[in-house]
Amino acid sequence: MKKIEAIIQPFKLNDVREALKGIGVDGVTVSEVRGHGRQKGHKEIYRGMEYEVDLLPKVKLELIVTDARVEEITGALLKSARTGKIGDGKIFIYDVREAIRIRNDDRGDAAL
Amino acid sequence: MRSILVALSGAVVSAAVAQAQPVLDSRLSAVESAARSAQSAGDNAWMLVSAALVLMMTGPGLALFYGGLVRRKNVLGTMMHSFVLMAIVTVLWAFIGYSLVFSEGTGFIGGGHYAFLDGVGTSPNTDYAPTIPQLTFMVYQLMFAIITPALISGAFAERMKFSAMLLFTLLWTLIVYFPMAHMVWGKGGWLNAFLGGAIPCLDFAGGTVVHITSGVSALVCALYLGKRQGYLIEPIKPHSVVLSVIGACLLWVGWFGFNAGSALGSSGLATSAFVATHFAAAAATLGWMFAEWICSGKPSVLGAVSGSVAGLVAITPASGFVKPVPALGIGFAAGVICYFMVTVAKHRLGYDDSLDAFGVHGVGGFTGAMLTGVLATNAVNDALKDSAGRPQALGVVDGHWGQLGNQAIGAAIAIAIAVVGTYLILRVCDAICGVRVSPEHETEGLDLSMHGEEGYNFES
Repeated sequence: MKKIEAIIQPFKLNDVREALKGIGVDGVTVSEVRGHGRQKGHKEIYRGMEYEVDLLPKVKLELIVTDARVEEITGALLKSARTGKIGDGKIFIYDVREAIRIRNDDRGDAAL
Repeated sequence: MRSILVALSGAVVSAAVAQAQPVLDSRLSAVESAARSAQSAGDNAWMLVSAALVLMMTGPGLALFYGGLVRRKNVLGTMMHSFVLMAIVTVLWAFIGYSLVFSEGTGFIGGGHYAFLDGVGTSPNTDYAPTIPQLTFMVYQLMFAIITPALISGAFAERMKFSAMLLFTLLWTLIVYFPMAHMVWGKGGWLNAFLGGAIPCLDFAGGTVVHITSGVSALVCALYLGKRQGYLIEPIKPHSVVLSVIGACLLWVGWFGFNAGSALGSSGLATSAFVATHFAAAAATLGWMFAEWICSGKPSVLGAVSGSVAGLVAITPASGFVKPVPALGIGFAAGVICYFMVTVAKHRLGYDDSLDAFGVHGVGGFTGAMLTGVLATNAVNDALKDSAGRPQALGVVDGHWGQLGNQAIGAAIAIAIAVVGTYLILRVCDAICGVRVSPEHETEGLDLSMHGEEGYNFES
């Protein structure tokens, strides 16, 4: 099992979810986060006082998937979330030791 | 025979006239009295509405304008500054305030004749407003006394103790505002242009009394309290420019009561002041907006609404003395000048006037006071007559250069009283209860530390 964590541009969320649905992925956790990588922030001015805002709004998706589907899902994410500009985000893939369905004690791939 | 007839008919006619005379007199006096009460009804209706409009400027107008400009953790504390003054100044006004401003006393301060509103009833006070009940005049003027200290709160927002703020504004209203208002508006006041002042200062609705005094006092407060924690180090952004826009719009509308109401009747002069007020606000909005657009690249919404307030401040002393097009000029000048004051000069000088009470009210008020000396004309307001009964020349446009000096003296007295009074009062408050909150409370925010509540409870 792998955990795929993708940080993407907020306006790409719908495209990404459509793409995931298209390949039959039916579980995802989404959170609104703030952060930045190489993308520069923007400037805000209130009565002449300038503020650099470098923590930008992003969306984080977390999916736990079977090892066999990692490449397929990663490919769909890359394709749907990409604009080609700085600020598109990143994907991280982690090993997952165990998954348990709270309702009925299913474990491992059966719990996904 | 004919002469007898003529004499007879003459006697009949004169008897009839003698009989009709008392009837005509009583009918005439009935008509006069009906005309008077009709005028009184019209004037009183407008003045009661104006009083309500001026109160609306403090709450919700100023409360929202200032509340939006502070950080989320201080929104209630800031709104409370305006709201509590609606209560505390009212009580002070009833006890002694109205009397100290409007009863006859010295050139500096009024007497105790109207203390506890003794003798203030529904009959008019002919010195000030002969067509409305004195109670209406009293409550209208009260609304000015409420908003003036509320304006200062912009300078000490986010860091003053609530107890100290109550004591400060109470003493400030008593020691700075009442004398200043008496000098300019009270009968026998030194600066009163209409009721026997030695130095006739033109201040139609309170540019000197309200805005210069509050703006300069705000600067003294900002310097005395020192900068907020993290000023220029961490971002201290307005938490809701939306609230500030709503507040500024309410101020704009309320200002019609402030300025047009200062005609003290539903007259042509009220209309003239109404128009001048609106035009100045419009031009000032554009002045600030374009200055900011040119200098910093974007026309901000906060800039546009701040500009409108600057224009309203500047037109306040001039509103009953200038024509519409000069009003546009006053507004535009105030918009541009106040923009440079709060964006360039403030940062160079390095004081933390949290919400720019000095930059907008002090500087805008001074700009307006001086431009009133230039643009005031008896074509708009002919209430001042010379010894031959002709309207007096008012400002420079009427050829009266001396008025500029009078305006400057009025402003200088306001500045002097504001600086000395505010500093002494702050020292007293500091000695009694300390004026600034502790660093822990400042970090926590005034809403929780002073009032035990939060403005926005998202989980409930």
